[in-house]
Amino acid sequence: MSVAENIRDDEDDRGFKSGIPDKVLHIDDVHKSFAGLHALSDVDLDVRKGETHAIIGPNGAGKSTLLNVCVGRLKPDRGAVIFDGDTLTGKSPHEINQLGVARVFQTPEVFLDLTVLENVMVPALSKRDGHFKLNPFKSFAGEKAIRQEAIDVIHSVGLHAQLNAPATSMSRGDKRRLELAMGLIQHPKLLLLDEPTAGMARHDTNATIDLLKKIKEGGMTKVIIEHDMHVVFSLADRISVLAGGRIIAQGTPDQIKNDPRVKEAYLGEEQV
Amino acid sequence: MLSTFTRNDWLLLIGFAIIILVLPWALQPIGAAYPDLLQKIAIFGIFAIGFNILFGLTGYLSFGHAAFIGIGSYVSVWSFKLLTMNVLPAVILSVGMAAVFAFLIGYVSLRRSGIYFSILTLAFAQMSYNLAYSVLTPITNGETGLQVRAIRDSAAVSLRDGDVRLIDQAMGIQEIGVPITNFFGMKMSGYPGFYFCAVLLIICFFIAMCITKSNFGMMLKAIKSNQNRLNYTGIHTRPYLISAFVISGMYAGLAGSLLAVTDPIAGAERMQWTASGEVVLMTILGGAGTLVGPVLGAGLIKYAEQKVSSWNEGILHQAFSGLPDGLQNFFVEFFSFFVGEGWHLTLGFLFMVIVIFLPGGLMEGARRIASIFRKQRTDKADEANAVGQPAE
Ligand SMILES: Nc1ncnc2c1ncn2[C@@H]1O[C@H](COP(=O)(O)OP(=O)(O)O)[C@@H](O)[C@H]1O
Ligand SMILES: [Mg+2]
Repeated sequence: MSVAENIRDDEDDRGFKSGIPDKVLHIDDVHKSFAGLHALSDVDLDVRKGETHAIIGPNGAGKSTLLNVCVGRLKPDRGAVIFDGDTLTGKSPHEINQLGVARVFQTPEVFLDLTVLENVMVPALSKRDGHFKLNPFKSFAGEKAIRQEAIDVIHSVGLHAQLNAPATSMSRGDKRRLELAMGLIQHPKLLLLDEPTAGMARHDTNATIDLLKKIKEGGMTKVIIEHDMHVVFSLADRISVLAGGRIIAQGTPDQIKNDPRVKEAYLGEEQV
Repeated sequence: MLSTFTRNDWLLLIGFAIIILVLPWALQPIGAAYPDLLQKIAIFGIFAIGFNILFGLTGYLSFGHAAFIGIGSYVSVWSFKLLTMNVLPAVILSVGMAAVFAFLIGYVSLRRSGIYFSILTLAFAQMSYNLAYSVLTPITNGETGLQVRAIRDSAAVSLRDGDVRLIDQAMGIQEIGVPITNFFGMKMSGYPGFYFCAVLLIICFFIAMCITKSNFGMMLKAIKSNQNRLNYTGIHTRPYLISAFVISGMYAGLAGSLLAVTDPIAGAERMQWTASGEVVLMTILGGAGTLVGPVLGAGLIKYAEQKVSSWNEGILHQAFSGLPDGLQNFFVEFFSFFVGEGWHLTLGFLFMVIVIFLPGGLMEGARRIASIFRKQRTDKADEANAVGQPAE
């Protein structure tokens, strides 16, 4: 089963027939401060089913903090995060993942002692078997299928040459791609990507864009934090701009490009 | 699960089994081929393999595993006293009881990680040790230790001084003299005792291999590698850790049981923190996280313990007899700190050397040596190629 096929299957049961786009993720009035520093204030954000939603903003704007609140790493001081009808706030990270939210970390957090294949097998098994499974007598056929699927995903991010290499020996860029593969193998309903191309060479960045575009065709909902405007404008359906912990603008790429507040807060300094 | 075994894995298992089974001959040249020591090597090999499932795979360092040794021993002796001198029920009950206790202790201790986990396990083990000496003396017989006795004549005799052995009595088994543990009639002392332990060691090794190769084992390794990340991958790490803790507790319970099988007496000193520390040493000395390492470490430490602690000044004088008198006396004085009663000093010293120079243990040392040889061989092969193929 390929990544794309599986996502199409999901799409049919709650499609866009009504004409009103479903909200998959609803961030409701979230506040978070660190010792007096307001990292997030009054953040309201809706992510629609199937869209690629980019969050942009200068360094320290609170983008990663927002994702941390979504995946249960941080508890918001106020407000709630609702995903597909479930309140995520207060749930533990593994529960949130089991609901179908996967995250690709900004600084790669792969399992350094495991091989590339094992790194991808772990999230694959978590998706298949749930949060805990003692598996003394697993059937060979089932194992083979899931292993093959992991190999396919590794192929799709271009790491097949290092399939059985330990992750610790990989370059930083490759670790990022491995992170991506670990997210993709789970076919999440919502994939949160924190600067997936940061630190990548142009060539690798383009490859990643192509890969993400392909998944987009599959219909997976994605939230992507990105610094690289080239990436943002080639992928995003809608963009939210975060500055100083507040959402200062929201809209389509064209709207954002021409928004004077955004230019002032962000685009100006980046020279896009 | 077995499907993931490669040919090399099967070779390893078979090789391991053969080596263990021929130990009584193989260890003759170094004077270690007597049943008592061989039994200890096999038993502590089991203990270390189990300990390594927790420590080697997940990185959680328990300092209280001797508690399960103690539990295994007491349960076994009680099984001998109450049920039968056949070791089978004793072994099964011990492993089961160790599992129950491991679950309780693990459930609480695994609320914390790192040093706090270690300290919690240490506290539990010391508690068990103290309880065995105080409140629980009716069960443990305190300092004297729990022993197998002849079947009592009347219910007036306390269970400590007279056994009942319900199953043996029901089956009409006659006892003459001191009751002896047996496996369906086969006496469990001497070499048969060793082979009983050895077969269990091989089975335990096989199970540990299966665990290491399984998806479950992979999750345990992922916990060691990056537990935090695992949570964001949808894995609840606590049940995995508790399972690993229970499994390693069961191994320890089995080891404790076998100590009682080969010598049917149980004392609280088996639960002391030094015993918990010893298995840590064995595992690290051999190589934590490797399959063979812990057994190697256990064998080495048990062998050295028997040898070094039996040496005395007389032997040292012999060893240094070639030296002039003054020097000889100096060396004998110096080394006498390290032998006999001072064996633990040697052990500590050895441990320091290993941790500082070879943190991966003896298995890492073996790997390094092997890689040097391999490199030499490929260098030679390269040279041969260079000669064989003219430059372009
Ligand atoms: N765990 C934390 N403790 C204290 N301050 C934090 C923590 N995480 C983030 N911050 C602060 O919150 C602000 C937003 O950080 P972050 O969300 O990482 O920004 P971004 O990802 O947009 O660059 C920064 O000023 C950062 O220093
Ligand atoms: Mg960030």
